[in-house]
Amino acid sequence: MDQIITAVVAVVGVPLVLLGYIILGEQVIERLPDKLQESIRPYFWALPAIGFATVFMVYPVVRTVVISFRNSDDTDWIGLANYKYFVTFPDTLTALRNSLLWLVFYTSISVFLGLVIAILLDRVRYESLAKIAIFLPVPISAVAASIIWKFMFDYQPPGTPQTGTLNAILGLAGRDPVAWLVNSTTNNAALIFVGIWTITGFCMVIISASLKAISSEVLEAARIDGANEFQIVRLVITPLLWPTITVVGTTMIINALKTFDIVYVMTNGAYDTDVIATRMFSQLQSAHYGRAAAVGVVLFIAIVPLLIVNIRRFQQQEEQR
Amino acid sequence: MSAEQVTTRRESAVGAGVSTLDRIGYRLQRLPLHLVIIILCAIWLVPTVGMIINSFRSVQDMGQSGWWTTLFPPHGFTLDSYKQVLNIEGVAPSILYSILITIPATVIQLAIATMGAYAFAWMKFPGRNLFFIVIVGLMVVPIQMTLIPVLQIFKLIHISGTIPAVWLAHSGYGLPFEVFLLRNYLGGLPREIFESAEVDGAGHAVRFLRIAVPMTIPAIASLTIFVFLGIWNDLLVALTFLGVSPYRPFTVVITGLVTSFGGGWQFLTAAAVLQMSLPLAVFIFLQRYFVRGITSGSVKG
Repeated sequence: MDQIITAVVAVVGVPLVLLGYIILGEQVIERLPDKLQESIRPYFWALPAIGFATVFMVYPVVRTVVISFRNSDDTDWIGLANYKYFVTFPDTLTALRNSLLWLVFYTSISVFLGLVIAILLDRVRYESLAKIAIFLPVPISAVAASIIWKFMFDYQPPGTPQTGTLNAILGLAGRDPVAWLVNSTTNNAALIFVGIWTITGFCMVIISASLKAISSEVLEAARIDGANEFQIVRLVITPLLWPTITVVGTTMIINALKTFDIVYVMTNGAYDTDVIATRMFSQLQSAHYGRAAAVGVVLFIAIVPLLIVNIRRFQQQEEQR
Repeated sequence: MSAEQVTTRRESAVGAGVSTLDRIGYRLQRLPLHLVIIILCAIWLVPTVGMIINSFRSVQDMGQSGWWTTLFPPHGFTLDSYKQVLNIEGVAPSILYSILITIPATVIQLAIATMGAYAFAWMKFPGRNLFFIVIVGLMVVPIQMTLIPVLQIFKLIHISGTIPAVWLAHSGYGLPFEVFLLRNYLGGLPREIFESAEVDGAGHAVRFLRIAVPMTIPAIASLTIFVFLGIWNDLLVALTFLGVSPYRPFTVVITGLVTSFGGGWQFLTAAAVLQMSLPLAVFIFLQRYFVRGITSGSVKG
């Protein structure tokens, strides 16, 4: 009950407090000399946002780097020991390899499928209906998606009726059932596919929005010049969509590196399915903060190039404004 | 996605007045296209539909046969899984906690973000560009990089394991993206409106509350849906800050049940359906805002 009251107070109170902050603050600022007004006002307005970003993002990032060089109860400097532990821990190589698999296959396949589906659907009358089907998994949480796919991958011993959809289909084809999530040759592919399934609709929607912006005249001109449909896709549509494809691609790379939910819920890293983010979380849970921080820093370093790309792109856009 | 957006390029290759024979040939030619699309749609639909059907079967049936067997009589539909799930201690309250986490967290961060975005869009100050570049950079920082220090801050001020702590954490994590998006939107509003209001003697408080906020409602609406669902569906933040607290939200409780039930986890289909019913309802009824939120965030950003 107390929780409900607190929540209601927050929902009503926070906007009211901000309103008061703005109105009262402006009352004070407007009485100041013009020069002072100009220099104080922007910081007054941006302060809550900058404050939150500093306390919950900027400071923690710096602090995490520091913690990664400290021992587990944060009392002494231990140099690179946490990194050394990470590199020499037997499961680490597996986690790194799996994150690399996610990076390559999750990114390329989801962007590729998003592009192909957007182009295919652009050519049929029931486009909006088909889009809903492909997009449906996007709003679904990774937790629910994991349960959905646990049923798809479900395994019963050979000879008993298969309850998992995939193994039932294999049975129809006269094949033995596969323990998708346990078998270490299939489980990473299975998890990555679940990731792709949840995100392809997202890629498709964005790529499709850009596709609609290509004028039909361009495509018509290519057709008149005798280009077949495959040539048009390869030589006209794809190059025109390339800026969008790279934006979607970078988003997918970041998603791939941060992957956590699906692996945590479906296998919890068992049977060699660990990724960087799940490794970090298990260190966090066992209160090895230094080691967890070191894993976090490794993840961050992997993302830094994308961070730079994002800032560059932002600066280019600003110049065009 | 919405009807108005559909400018299909179908049949642009066939002109008017072609013979029936040509038309049949054209249809046949396009058969593979339709087949591929239908197969893809099936792959994306069947898993969800299968699980929803399963959630209305008894646990015993689920363990013995696939969901497709129910399509033929005797169907044997039952609500047992739902009853079983809701009777597990902590499940029903966790749904409430999810709501109590999600709504305030969404309101707090959007209120702060709108205000900050206004400053970045319509005020000039030294360091503005630098601050904004930091915000663009923060958009991609993995939250894993922040979990430990934030956990320590919460312990220091004695709010660790409480719902308000999670509001704060979510607000901090969500702000960079929201400020970025709203600033772009606000910055795109016509300058003349703000200038003439200024001439009429309206201060920044009035200009913000009477002009900027009302004109930004479409962007705020899309963002609200997005942020709301992001928090409702979140696992990592909740697991980190509320993992051992009595206020675990729905996603954390479901995850705990998935990992603790070796066999007999089938009734969790009902939990999954309950968890995803809100996002699916939002998607179905507010589709346009939903899709607009996604496309504006990515194509422009």
